[in-house]
Amino acid sequence: MTSAEIEKTDLVTLTIDGVQISVPAGTLVIRAAEQIGVQVPRFCDHPLLDPVGACRQCLVDVPDAGNGRPMPKPQASCTIPVAEGMVVNTQATSQVADKAQHGIMEFLLINHPLDCPMCDKGGECPLQNQAMSNGYGESRFSASGGVKRTFPKPINISAQILLDRERCILCARCTRFSEQIAGDPFIEMVERGALQQVGIYEKEPFESYFSGNTIQICPVGALTSADYRFRSRPYDLVSTPSIAEHDACGAAVRVDHRRGRVMRRLSGDDPDVNEEWITDKDRFAFWYLFGDDRLSYPQIREDGELRPASWPEAFAVAARGLADAGAVGVLPGGRLTAEDAFAYSTFARVALGTNDVDFRARPHSQEEADFLAAEVVLRTDDNGGPTYADLEAANSVILVGLEPEDEAGSIFLRLRKANSKRRTRIWSVAPYATNGLHKMGGTLIPARPGAEASVVNGLTHDTDVELDSASVILVGERMATSPGALTAVARLARTSGAKLAWVPRRAGDRGAVETGCLPNLLPGGRPVTDASARVDAATAWGVAGLPDRPGRDADAIIAAVGSGDLGGLVVGGVDPDDTADPAAFRAALDAAKFVVALELRQTDVTRVADVVFPVAPVTDKPGTFVNWEGRAREFPAVFVNPNALPDARVLAGVAEELSALGQGAALGFRTSGEAHARMVEMGPWDGERTSLPEPAASSSSAVVGGDGEVALATWKLLLDNGTMQDGEKYLRATARTPVCRVSAAVAQTLGAMVTLEGDRGSVTLPVEVTDDLADDVVWVPANSTGNGVLADLASPGSGVRLKGADQ
Amino acid sequence: MSPEQEGKTLKEQLWDPVAGFGVTFRTMFKKVVTEQYPFQKEPTAPRFHGRHQLNRWPDGLEKCIGCELCAWACPADAIYVEGAENTDAERFSPGERYGRVYQINYLRCILCGLCIEACPTRALTMTNEYELADDNRADLIYERQDLLAPLLPGMEQPPHPMRLGDDEGDYYRGTFKSPSSAPDSQEATS
Repeated sequence: MTSAEIEKTDLVTLTIDGVQISVPAGTLVIRAAEQIGVQVPRFCDHPLLDPVGACRQCLVDVPDAGNGRPMPKPQASCTIPVAEGMVVNTQATSQVADKAQHGIMEFLLINHPLDCPMCDKGGECPLQNQAMSNGYGESRFSASGGVKRTFPKPINISAQILLDRERCILCARCTRFSEQIAGDPFIEMVERGALQQVGIYEKEPFESYFSGNTIQICPVGALTSADYRFRSRPYDLVSTPSIAEHDACGAAVRVDHRRGRVMRRLSGDDPDVNEEWITDKDRFAFWYLFGDDRLSYPQIREDGELRPASWPEAFAVAARGLADAGAVGVLPGGRLTAEDAFAYSTFARVALGTNDVDFRARPHSQEEADFLAAEVVLRTDDNGGPTYADLEAANSVILVGLEPEDEAGSIFLRLRKANSKRRTRIWSVAPYATNGLHKMGGTLIPARPGAEASVVNGLTHDTDVELDSASVILVGERMATSPGALTAVARLARTSGAKLAWVPRRAGDRGAVETGCLPNLLPGGRPVTDASARVDAATAWGVAGLPDRPGRDADAIIAAVGSGDLGGLVVGGVDPDDTADPAAFRAALDAAKFVVALELRQTDVTRVADVVFPVAPVTDKPGTFVNWEGRAREFPAVFVNPNALPDARVLAGVAEELSALGQGAALGFRTSGEAHARMVEMGPWDGERTSLPEPAASSSSAVVGGDGEVALATWKLLLDNGTMQDGEKYLRATARTPVCRVSAAVAQTLGAMVTLEGDRGSVTLPVEVTDDLADDVVWVPANSTGNGVLADLASPGSGVRLKGADQ
Repeated sequence: MSPEQEGKTLKEQLWDPVAGFGVTFRTMFKKVVTEQYPFQKEPTAPRFHGRHQLNRWPDGLEKCIGCELCAWACPADAIYVEGAENTDAERFSPGERYGRVYQINYLRCILCGLCIEACPTRALTMTNEYELADDNRADLIYERQDLLAPLLPGMEQPPHPMRLGDDEGDYYRGTFKSPSSAPDSQEATS
């Protein structure tokens, strides 16, 4: 039997409004009606939520239920699956259905307040629209002197989410979302009858990373956000589709703007990627664009002080400075669009003639660079890479050093869906079982930080963990600091046949790998060490030759600047406190002869730089983010802002001045569009790829212990002190309280507070007992206190001492 | 006989040339219609569409809730509004919302009055003020403070708490206790 035949037997034929239609078995009547172009009014129905039939607005008449007998009363079409031979009459042809819908609408409007003029939903409100299309013009309740049930105006269900109970029509979309999709059931229907309302657990705040989605799916204005409250009306807004810049998921968002200001962001609808959900960070964290510290004009340092300069002058000064400084290292950072990353890669090779370029502004290793070159670059759906659809269809998923709820929200939701709908088994190699792992129904494979390699190697002997070609292994970027872990994961994927993907935290990380912002990779996955790949890239760039030795990685660049081997630095969006050794990075900035900074806002880098270029934010330039799947996510510019130059244009300007000084060549492109065209023209490398070298034999050297030291496990929470969350106080108020997690045994020796002492400083945090954490491991959030763990405490995986700090 | 007068009747020759002066003469005894504007201003028709006014409640709170329905109704796109939230510490209108920014661009406004029909709180009405001319464009964009009705006796400059009732419902339903000195309503005719 062919697949077409199987599909055919699964079809059910029914008649809706006199039109015969065949739909797959199990389809709901309301969606079958959509296929013949009949829109049945609805509030509670949502394609991604389980049917509930709460609002009763979608009543239709069913004269034949498929068994020859009529349904006695109108039925809710959002809960009835189709049946063979069924006859359905909607409001389009049936007086009965139409009258029933009008009656329900009248009921819904009895207690709904008439404050549409001040309601944030007014103008885009399904209740408004459907009251016009399927409701009576007059209310018999009000006309006969009925008094509406009122509640006090909005109550906070979290710092960000406000609930106006008067407006709620009890469709249960928000409570179902929280329970079924996000797994944070902190809201639920309470009370009965007219007093029924959405309530919170008073002891537990509505602390969900996905709470903003409930605002978007609320069919009335009952849920609103403190951030967007009263800021504009829907008919003021211009919508531009875009891609979220906060993580590597590539979630589709819709940017609503008015008069050159972003007013709000909503989730886009992309079934292949983020479905209709985004994290609160993607939704609310856009205020960093509008802070007082935004750079708006180029600056050059003269007599120790930065002064404003014109663009051409700044280009010339930067070029002269870089030419005089000797060898130059390039640190582009991980937040770039692929076009801008390609410009950095080209700038380093063509204009500066060096391979000293590394996008990894975080702890990293040589092993990671090798892993990226061998296993990650060019890996997409076409050649064995996993996708979101593979996550959903997988039999089992192993997460290694990845906490999806904090680091990749769309992956978390997809895995949760896979587990709840298909019972996908999920394992996580991590120091402890997080709440997110519990919500995904996952199982912990405990691993001390630094010891992941041996744990992953042991998995093949573990009979409980089943891996096959329908399995997916996701490895997080922090495994770079765990010796041998990435190699072990690659070997596990090879032996089991499972699909492997590397999930970085930042939106530009994967694009930077693809465009060769690494010391060992040229754009398109061309290995630096491969002569024919170098010739290929040089031909595409139109230069005679390229440096043939792999360059320095970011740590080595910083060390070389400190030792004087490198004189100049070109720094993109790098926060010193994110780097492996913040103090060394700052020292290198001071030691460098010449620093060119390309930044959005004032940072510790721009304060010491010799030339500062303001670059265009994602709203002001078109571009492409490559997400963890390797999927290119192109987005247009939201605003037309002629004064905002993308990194590519700035680097092109500097490169042209450099070539005028006789160093290197021009980039050959100026705009993002030209960079994109050049990138496509250059294409992927189709020759030999590098293979992953076996790590040095004794790779378990990083195990700490003894002397009362415990190993430091850490990662960044979704909502923390990150600079791209600046300016949004309500969002920050929903961030989780930073705690220090220790095992029960260790907690007994400490008080309510603990002071952690590492080689870079100390941090004091409240203690939280975590059962499955090993006694010699401690976990703290990486960037929720002070300047972050890297600057204030110690590097991840190293030893720290614990001391009770009773207050 | 001159060539022009040839073939004309006696009436045409004698009466017609002076008949026009009769009109002049008669008009000398009629009421003069000339208006001595701008030296002497005449009242307009009572429902003349003039400059807008943003009204206040009798305690001085603003009626505008910043809902932007006026801006939506405006066929000339002359109105720009931004809403904001009242707080207990800083209250400009009863209820949750007030108009933080309110601009009417009189270079665009055609004084059609659709905005005042759209206004759900009768915050926006029109006065009979018609002198809307200036020598530069910027001054013809009227801001909120230019449009707000003057404070009458008994009114207090916002922000201040609701003086007339416990909640905005008392204001909207008109069930507030009217302060003794305040007039019932100071809306202009429209």
